This record gives sequence, structure tokens and C-alpha cells, in this order.
Amino acid sequence: MLKESKRAVNSIRSLVEEEDEEDDVEKVSWSGEPVGSISWSVKETESSIRSTGEVRDQSFPKIHTAPSLPKNSSGYSLSSLFKGKAKTGSFQSFSESFGDPSIRNYAPELRKPKSEYKDYVSDWTPEETVKRMQQGKVYSLEKFRSLQDKLLLLDEAVNAHDGNVITAVLIYLKKSLSKEILFRELITREIALRHYIHYLKEIGEQKLLVELFKSMDRTEDMALMQYRDHLNVRDENKKRDFLKNCLSFPFSPDDATHVQDHYTLLERQIIIEANDKQVESSGQADIFKKYPRKASILNMPIITTLYYSCFYHYGESDGTFSSPANIRKTFRISDKQFLLTCLGARAKLKAWFDVDALFTTKNWLGYTKKRSPIGFHRIVDILQKNNAPVQVLQDYVNLVEDVEQKISLAQKYKCHDVIINTYRDLKDRQQLIVYRGKVERGSSEYRKIEEILSNSQLRWKN
Amino acid sequence: MAHSVRRDAPELPDFSLLKRLARDQLIYLLEQLPGRKDLFIEADLMSPLDRIANVTTLKQHDVDKLYKVEHKPIVSTSDQLCFLIRPRIKTVKWICDVVNADKAFGRFRRYKIIFSPQKFYACENLLEEQGIFGDVTTDEWSFYLLPLDDDIISLELPEFFRDYFLEGDQRWVRTAGSALHLLHSVYGPFSKVYGIGRCSKMAYESWREQVEEGEQRARQAEIGNVFLIDRDVDLVTPLCSQVVYEGLVDDIFRIKCGCVEFCPDVTSSDKSIKVMLNSQDKVFNEIRNEHFSQVFGFLSQKARNLQTAYDKRSGMDIKQMKTFVSEELKGLKQEHRLLSLHIGASESMMKKKTKQDFQELLKTEHSLLEGFEIRECISYIEEHINRQVSMVESMRLLCLLSLTENGLLPKDYRSLKAQFLQSYGIEHLLTFSNLKQLGLLVEQQPGETLTVMESRVGKLVNDKTAGKLTDAFSSLAKKSNFRALGRRLNLVPKSDEEYDLRVPRDMAYIFSGAYIPLSCKLIEQVLERDGWTGLEEVTRMLNGHEFAVTAGSNGSDARVKTDSQRIILVMFLGGCTFSEISALRFLGREKGLKFIVVTTAITNSARLLESMLDNHA
Repeated sequence: MLKESKRAVNSIRSLVEEEDEEDDVEKVSWSGEPVGSISWSVKETESSIRSTGEVRDQSFPKIHTAPSLPKNSSGYSLSSLFKGKAKTGSFQSFSESFGDPSIRNYAPELRKPKSEYKDYVSDWTPEETVKRMQQGKVYSLEKFRSLQDKLLLLDEAVNAHDGNVITAVLIYLKKSLSKEILFRELITREIALRHYIHYLKEIGEQKLLVELFKSMDRTEDMALMQYRDHLNVRDENKKRDFLKNCLSFPFSPDDATHVQDHYTLLERQIIIEANDKQVESSGQADIFKKYPRKASILNMPIITTLYYSCFYHYGESDGTFSSPANIRKTFRISDKQFLLTCLGARAKLKAWFDVDALFTTKNWLGYTKKRSPIGFHRIVDILQKNNAPVQVLQDYVNLVEDVEQKISLAQKYKCHDVIINTYRDLKDRQQLIVYRGKVERGSSEYRKIEEILSNSQLRWKN
Repeated sequence: MAHSVRRDAPELPDFSLLKRLARDQLIYLLEQLPGRKDLFIEADLMSPLDRIANVTTLKQHDVDKLYKVEHKPIVSTSDQLCFLIRPRIKTVKWICDVVNADKAFGRFRRYKIIFSPQKFYACENLLEEQGIFGDVTTDEWSFYLLPLDDDIISLELPEFFRDYFLEGDQRWVRTAGSALHLLHSVYGPFSKVYGIGRCSKMAYESWREQVEEGEQRARQAEIGNVFLIDRDVDLVTPLCSQVVYEGLVDDIFRIKCGCVEFCPDVTSSDKSIKVMLNSQDKVFNEIRNEHFSQVFGFLSQKARNLQTAYDKRSGMDIKQMKTFVSEELKGLKQEHRLLSLHIGASESMMKKKTKQDFQELLKTEHSLLEGFEIRECISYIEEHINRQVSMVESMRLLCLLSLTENGLLPKDYRSLKAQFLQSYGIEHLLTFSNLKQLGLLVEQQPGETLTVMESRVGKLVNDKTAGKLTDAFSSLAKKSNFRALGRRLNLVPKSDEEYDLRVPRDMAYIFSGAYIPLSCKLIEQVLERDGWTGLEEVTRMLNGHEFAVTAGSNGSDARVKTDSQRIILVMFLGGCTFSEISALRFLGREKGLKFIVVTTAITNSARLLESMLDNHA
């Protein structure tokens, strides 16, 4: 097993990249398809093909549509010409490629004596440099000194699609260019820019990032970026001050309102927290004795704060910061939202009278009526989840308008009266008889059904 | 529930070789630091490591103590420290602190960082800046691929999604290329590659270059065709509630690296158990791809069969009993154990789902997919937010609304965002900004101005600039075009037809018959057409970047239908869900194909959306 996997490891050596740098083959590619062939080179190629038993051409075509520097499809080894051995692939004589302008860059190098060769090793083109970086080989960026060279290198890295290399080049540019120049050049290079922003985020160079956004007029990004920092502030008073400071940032109008809310909320939570902590520990208020607070209210969302206020500060006058009405007004909480939260809190306390009052409206004649901005089937659901007794539940089940829904809810929560009355009102004798079979014989429900069924005044529809 | 196989489905290649490769390389790397050493392992590398090696393997190679990387000062007394980490700045920073603390203390140790699957220049640069380059040696553990099952291979890089699609960082592109290269070298050569998405294209290029750099060996291909797909081609599918057993288990209990922890609730005992979920589990293997509504029936049938098998005992003589105990009992007991586990899991999931009114939630989702009663959907979502039910669920519904409707009306966007912030915390301003950047949750743009402008400008300038402009525009107004795509590809079957989930007729069964996953439908169409011909309108709506390439100039012999041609490797860049895998398994059974899913990570709606959160310090 080990043997087999070793063999496989060897076959994918290029992945592992363990070749000795000294021995490594410099791959230099140049443009142009081979126009002819020098016999030995062809033989080399053929024999290498034969030795591996490869007949079919398995190379895949490039599909890249974005423009990139012209590339040949395979690497030709220059150093192997000197060393007289080829490690990979085939090679081809450079003389064939005359007429190709790029050859001139390399031709003089070939004529140099070997002793001088080392001096030229770092003379890699941007493309070669990027390639070497991708392969994890030795490279050098120092020779890219002119702005033009630096940008060529950056563009080549972007063309190679390798984020790791793009960032590496950007780190070099960050060190070797003034930020104004770098920012200016990045404006037109979206991909490189995003890498740069991500890199700065990761290494935590907040200040530079803010400057970058500023120079690009991305003010909203800048504001959010600075706002984000409040997450790192632990102390609530410092956090409040930090948020206050945020108010002046150039957020979008909507976000500015939200940040203002954030500041106001924390400011109030600090006041409420200090007060309630004191009240709770002094044992003055029953509500805290009966329901000790499980956690502090600091940094909780607005709705949680409203719930807290409906739980502990119900009935306080509008003027106090901790009153539900004040919170509702300050944070522009919708009727629906207010009702839901309030209902949850009062039901939790089993304050059914308060629950009742939430829905009760009086018309001009003094009659009361129950109204709700949300369907009563929802109200029933919430009450049930808060373990409301059947007597309370059935009042609300009765208010559900849709008859089918009403009956199904009533059956779910065993509100016998509602079901019986509904069937009676529907004059549905059959259903009533069916239902009689479902309730306990001799129970009050059973008797009630019997009574109705024996009522001769009713005109049944069936 | 045995599905009839249309044709003789080919055998899947043996991927255990990948594990051996990774293990052998790790051992080799550990041996590069001879002598006793303490090993610090990045938290999310621990499960993958568990799948290929165990503590004994490490101890055999002089690993003394094992620690989890916790970004805190260390207590190790060893003279040699080895760090097995992901190439993350945060972790490298912590190592720098450790080393510099030692230095300040006058303590001499040897340090080695093994980056997996590769190192990044930014990490090395940090070592240099912190003055410890040279004090620390670095290596790479090319553990690209972890086989999670017979047909699932994961790169275990959940950060791929955020890094690429949100931050626009292409650091993992070459990693994806290298992973493909590894598969190509061991199980190739591939003969055809199809793909869609910008990242897929780049990963293909990277792979192609690596093939050219290396040497090619002739071997019998085990995998013939490859399909690459970017996650953002289809963001709707991973955001839908999963209702296929394996997907549902993942949504509720979270499967981690092929392993799930069932809570006491499921095991009906006082402790939780970790269970491997893969094809080795015979019971699981039969229900994993089934719609949840079918699972109970199956399990009870199975339980009855088991009872019958046990009952055979009565009336046996001693000899028969002996054979029974030695041959059958163990298997039966094993099956019994698995069966009760999955029944427990099903019950627990049922309970959880009933509690949160799953039916109503699904109804809303299906309405969104169909584009039906959108106002009702919006009020449902609103109430979900108002009641402070799960934040991620609310966000998921909002994103589904935006993706299917091509963005929210400005007034809805403003109101829902405000209510969301009130319910879940104002710091989610940052989350909204991220969701907008990625195109998951956006405001509708007035009119079609952008598209018109784009095509007009496109005609005026040359290809190069046009490409850049298109990218710029598409990031401005990433349109999902979901409705049009749905019509074109018939993704949403007519709702008035009865859908028999017991005998699924198409891939829509994974969403109760309401929706055929776009990702899988594309794969089906391209394989059927052997390319993108006839799908021009579809690819245009998906922002293009599609490709189909064949190896070599003489593709004639590539057309020979060998077994390997019927094995298709599908690579998801940015993650895929178990539901999609189930859909592909279904497609494979229908067409006599076998799919191998390679993914940067297994994802689901919660993981995907949690990666968008910014509220960690």
C-alpha cells in the first residue's frame, strides 16, 4: 500500500515542488508556434513520447478570453541547453523563432559565458517572475523599480489569476511606492484593488484602509469600515462614546439613522441597566424578586429592549426612558411590532388582563370591540406558546374570522365551546354529532352538545 | 426503495489513495523535524486530519503532545514546536507572538510551520516583518482533497466562498487548479471539461498550466469528464430548506467532515454520540437521498424485517442457533443499532420542524420560487423578523426573496432592513453591506438602465475594455434573472400537478417537487447537449463565462463511450449542498452515469449566510 502511494506521490511531484533550486530548469517561454524543426529536437520529442507510450495529444486548449500577454503553450528550457540535459518536455532551437521580437530579449543571454550567467538570473520578465512565484521558486522583485515595470508586474500577476501572487506583488508595491501613487494606480485595477483591501483588512491596517477609501471617494465604505470597529470596544461607556463619534461619518442617509439609533439605544441601555441593577439588588421591586434578570440589557437589540421594558417597566409614564411607550416612539416601532412584543412579554407574565387591554378599542357609543393589526390566529399561536389557559385562548380563537381556520385552531387547542357554538351557528347537525363522538361521554361538553341537539327550535341544515 | 438502474452504472474510482497520499506526505513532513515535538493543530484541520491519520500515527513520528490552536499563550515545555495550520494571517500572527515571547524570555526552541494545503506570501511576509523569518521553517502539506464518501471529495475550505465571492480574493484559485491537477494525474487524463463562472474559468486555466508544467503519463482514464461551476451561478439552491434526509440532517444537526453528533434527544440516552454518515452505514445509505416524508415508512418497514429476522430464532435447534449467532446476529445487531439511531434522528427532526411551523415556512419558500403571492411572502418574512425567530432564517428568506425577485422594491428593502436591525441588532448594518456586495440581497435598480447601457458601451469599445466594463457592471447590478431562467429551463414545475415523492420523476423531488436545482439542471443540459449549444440565452442571463473544451486536436477517440466517459466529476467552487448531491445521484441513476462531487466545502444555507456575518471582533 505504501509503495503504491509512494509511486503516486512521485508521479505528482510537481505538486510537491521538491526539486532542488540549483538544478532546476529555467522555463522560458516565448511566442510563436514552431515553424520547422531541428532533427535532434524532433527525435528527442519523439523518443520521449514513445518512452511514455503517449500517443494521443492530451493537451487542453486555452479558453481564456481576458487579454493576457502572448504565451506559448509549452515551456522550452534554456538552461538545459547549457547543461545538456532536459528534465521535462521537449525543447526547440531558438533560431527557428527569428522574426519574433521577443527573442531578442533572450538571445544575448545565451551568448554569455556561464560565469556571467548568474548575474542575469534575476533578469526575469514580469511573466517569468510571476510564473516562478506561482511555482514557489526563487524570484526577485527588486529589479522592478520604475513605475511602469511595477505596474507591468502587477498586471501580469492579475493575468495569472493567482491571488497569492497578486497579494505578494501588492505587498512589494506597498513597500516601494508612496501610498498616493499606489492608490491612484489601483483605481483602474479593480481586481488588484480588491486584493489590496482584503489584505489590509486581514493585517488590520485600518488607518490605511480608511485613507484608501477616502482617496477613492468611497465614503460609505469608509464610514462602515470605521463603524465596524465598535465591535472591538468592550467597555459600554467607551463603546457609547465611540458610536457618538461615528455619527459624523458619511453614511448613506438610511444608515445614518440606524447608527444614530445605535448610539441612542446604548445610551439608554446604560441608564436602564444602572437603575435596574440597583433596584434589583436593593430588593425594592416585586417584579425583580419574582423574575430575577437573567442577563444585562446592554448591547441587546431594540426589540429585546422593548420586550424587557414591557416585562419590567410596564405602565410607566411616557416620560421615562425605560417605558415601553418611550422606546416605541424613540425607535419608530411599528404598531404590529409593538403589539407582538408587548403581547409576548405580558403573556409570559400571565397578565391576561393586560393582554386583553391590548386589543380592546372603544367606539364612540362606548361599545368595546377587539381589534388587531395581525390576524387573531397568530395571536392565538403566541398565547398558546406562552401556555395561556383554554379560557383565555378560546376568547381569541373565537375572534378568528375564517371559520375553517377557527375550527381547526379550536380543535388543536381543545376549545370545545368554540367548536360547539360554531357548529350550532352553522346549523351543522352532522358535524355536531361527529364531534359528540370525540368528547368524553358525560362531560360538560357532551351535555352541552346533547342539549343543543335536542333543542327543537333550531333549524338544522342537515 | 431500490431505484432501477437504467444502464450498468460504471464503478467509481477508489479515492482512498488520496488519503494515503496525504498521510504519507504528512509523515514525511513530520520527519523533517526529527526528535520529539509538540504539535499545534488548527481547529478546523482536526477533523480532516482525523479522517486520514490517528494519534498513533502522529505519536509514531515523535509527536509528543497535541494541542488545538486557540490563539492564546502556550504552555508547552517541548524544545520543538510544530504548527499544522491553514495559511491564515490571524494564526501566523499568533505564532509570531509565541516565538517572540520565547525570544523575550531567552528561551530557545525550534519551530516549524506546516501550511495546508499551501503557504501564502502574505503569511511569510508577516514572519519576515515580525523578525522571525529564519527562526521558523515552513513547509507545505498538499492535502488538497479529502474523500468524504465514495462519491464526495471535499477541499474543506469553507472560507473559499467568502474570500472569493465577497472579498474578491483569488487566493484559492490556484488551490482549486492544483486539486484538479492531482485528480487528473491520478484518475485522468480527462477528455472533456465543461464549466461556467469566472472562477471556474480561472481554475481551469490554472490546472491547464500545471498540466503543461508537469510531465504527462499515459494511463487508463478512470474519470472522463469534468464540470466546473461557480457557486454564484446558482445561489438560490443552497438557500432553500433541505428536505432530503441527508440535507435535513445537515441543516439541523450539522454534518462535519462526514460525521454528525447526535444529541441525547436522538440517542434516547444521557449522552450524545458521534456517527459517521456515509455509504458504509447501510441504513443511512438507503435513506440519505430520500425525501423526508418517505423516510419513516422505509424505516418502519426495515424495523419489521429486522423483527422477522430476529424471530427466526424461535424453533431453531442448537446447531442452527449457533450458525445464527455466528453469522447473522452481529449484522442484525449492527443494523438494529443504526436503525434505532436514524429513527431517533427522524423523530427529533420531526419535533423540531413541527415546532417552527415548517409547513408554513416551506409554503412561503415555494411561493417565492414560483413567484406567487409575493406580498403574502413579504408579510410572512416581516412577521418572522418581528417575532425575533432565528436571525439566519430571516436573512435566508430575505435573500431568497431578493434572488427570486431580482431585488427588493426600495420601499420594501428599507422597511425590512429597518425591522431586521431592530430585531437582531443594528450592527447587522455590516451584514447588509456584505449581502449587497455579493448580490444576495439588493434593492431593485430603477428600470433596465444598466443592462442597456452595458450593451451600448460594449459595442463601442474593444473586447478588452468591454470585459472589464462588464465585470464592473455586473458587480454593480448582479441580476439573478431567476424568473426568466426558471421559465427557460423549466425549473419550477406546475404546482397544480400531483407530485409523487415515492417515485420521483425528476430532480425536483429534492425540494418536494417544487423546484429543480438550477446548478444540477445546467449540468444535465450541458451533458445532454455535449456543450452549451442551444443554451445561449441561459448563459447570457447567467453572466456568461461558460466553456466546453476537449482534449487534443483529434478528439475522435475521445468520443468512444468507455466507462470513464460515464464518470463525471463535478466541481463546485464555493461549496455545494447535500441536496444537490442527492439530485446528481438521481440524475446519474436516470442516465446511467456516475457523478463524483468535488467541492470546496459542503455548505447549506446557514453556513453560507454565517460566512457573511461581520460581527466577530
